[in-house]
Amino acid sequence: MTPKPKHSTTGTTAESADISSSVDSTAAHLMVAHLTVADLKSSKSRKNRQKAVHAGLALAAMVSVAVSGFIVWSLISEAWTFIVEVEWSQIFNIGWFPRRGIYDVSTLLTATLITTAIAMLIATPLGLGAAIYLSEYARSSTRAFIKPILEILAGIPSVVLGFFALYWVAPEVIGRISDNSTGSLAAAGVGVGILTIPLIASISEDAMTAVPSSLREASTGLGSRKTATTLRIVLPAAISGIVASLIVAVSRAIGETMVVFLAGGAGDTALFTSSPTDSGLTMTAAMASLASGTDNVVGEGLTVQSLYFVGLLLFVFTLLLNLVANRFVSRIQEKY
Amino acid sequence: MNPEARNSNNLVFCAQDLNVYYGEFHALRDVCLDILPNEITAFIGPSGCGKTTLLRCFNRMNDLIPIARVTGSIEYMGVNLYDPGVDAVEVRRRIGMVFQKPNPFPKSIYDNVAYGPRITGMAKRKPALDEIVEISLRKAALFDEVKDRLKNSAMGLSGGQQQRLCIARAIAVNPDVLLMDEPCSALDPIATTRIEELMNELKDDYTIVIVTHNMQQAARISNKTAFFSVDVNLETDTRTGTLIEFGDTEEIFSTPKDSRTENYVTGRFG
Repeated sequence: MTPKPKHSTTGTTAESADISSSVDSTAAHLMVAHLTVADLKSSKSRKNRQKAVHAGLALAAMVSVAVSGFIVWSLISEAWTFIVEVEWSQIFNIGWFPRRGIYDVSTLLTATLITTAIAMLIATPLGLGAAIYLSEYARSSTRAFIKPILEILAGIPSVVLGFFALYWVAPEVIGRISDNSTGSLAAAGVGVGILTIPLIASISEDAMTAVPSSLREASTGLGSRKTATTLRIVLPAAISGIVASLIVAVSRAIGETMVVFLAGGAGDTALFTSSPTDSGLTMTAAMASLASGTDNVVGEGLTVQSLYFVGLLLFVFTLLLNLVANRFVSRIQEKY
Repeated sequence: MNPEARNSNNLVFCAQDLNVYYGEFHALRDVCLDILPNEITAFIGPSGCGKTTLLRCFNRMNDLIPIARVTGSIEYMGVNLYDPGVDAVEVRRRIGMVFQKPNPFPKSIYDNVAYGPRITGMAKRKPALDEIVEISLRKAALFDEVKDRLKNSAMGLSGGQQQRLCIARAIAVNPDVLLMDEPCSALDPIATTRIEELMNELKDDYTIVIVTHNMQQAARISNKTAFFSVDVNLETDTRTGTLIEFGDTEEIFSTPKDSRTENYVTGRFG
């Protein structure tokens, strides 16, 4: 037996080995006999520190819960005032003129629907295509080059994309296929689409990369070409993640504000339109434009409340979409 | 192994001076090996000796690894598989593979077996497909166990059933050869016995090449055995797989010519 360092005393190794082994046993025996509860008690200051840490962390969690709760409560209460007091004949009118007491929410809903649809039409093929390319086709060196660029695209502030949509997409793209080159729902939709490409690409790519490579090997071993393996094995196995990425993207497109506000081409009012090349106000843009500027939110009595009502609708939509998305994401986890 | 003495007319595979590299790493050196039809050929040897690498050369699965490079030739029924004009996909349709871990697709039992015939366009109509699925499952000795739940997910089968499903899936495209990469290593002894019985039945129709870590398995089922070992070069600190001895299984296990083979098959690693 070799002596443990903490027991080793001065002297030759052989001696210390003998001594320490005898000391070991007696010391252990004595220790047990002399132990009291006080020896195992933690110090008061340490206990207090533990409590403080616990309380601090709990407070942090509670604050976010309280803030969310407060927001939802204020949203609902103000929206409720609007629902009770508004003249419902003004809800389905010619457009959105809140300062004149005309609250045609369907104008905003239609505009949101149009921009979201255009955004998804652009982002779905491009995002999914990029995801399939990165996960199945690209060499690792190409992938190492493209992935960071996608992440940069995801990091572009939406106000920058809004300007891009207004000053480039509107005149150069939409202006060529229509006579409106100064901002339109279509231009805004293209901007939002660009914004959501990296979202779809990265979530779908994660889902496809998570498909075990043994399945690709099995398919290849059966004489399957890459396209068949991708379409028949990888995509079906990753379908829940892909659907989740699309839902997250829709939810982002509905809630996106800055791009549609800048590139939508409307001020703070809009006539009802279902033409994408017209200028228009989405739900988010309507809220932002009314609350911005020097005069802030003024006008008829219910203007402020109308914003809360629109906000509540937005909240309900995105909440529902997120719930659905979460269910799909949890289905991925069951699979592998 | 004198190349001139070979009669290549009756060979399924004829590997000549085959070398495999992964980037700078020389994985397998100078392999010459013949594989005869309707026989089971077993590859044995310690880990890292290149036996799986060689197996994956036979249906060009190594193509999936971008840094893999093959020199020399493997003739498959008279055609060099590594000829530039050869399409690896066509090769794999004739030379099926069963993997170490059962890897059924997360689809139904039926769709697993029907996958190959569907993508190769062998059978488009449902009655023809039904027939292929049933025959393949029967050949894999699985049909009676699953005939009432063909539409259920293959993921619900036991490990041994999954592996037999993978064999059924491989034979559904009507290959000439089955390559099996340690097909029983993830299975319990009972499932292993079933797969071994199955291989014995299948060799009437197919040529089988199997990689195994289990020497008893090689001794039990194979007609020919190839023993591979690792050459360690201490100067360059490189390890290269080499074929040490290849012959009738009985000879390899009873009267091996090389002392390294003897040490390995008798359990003395040296």
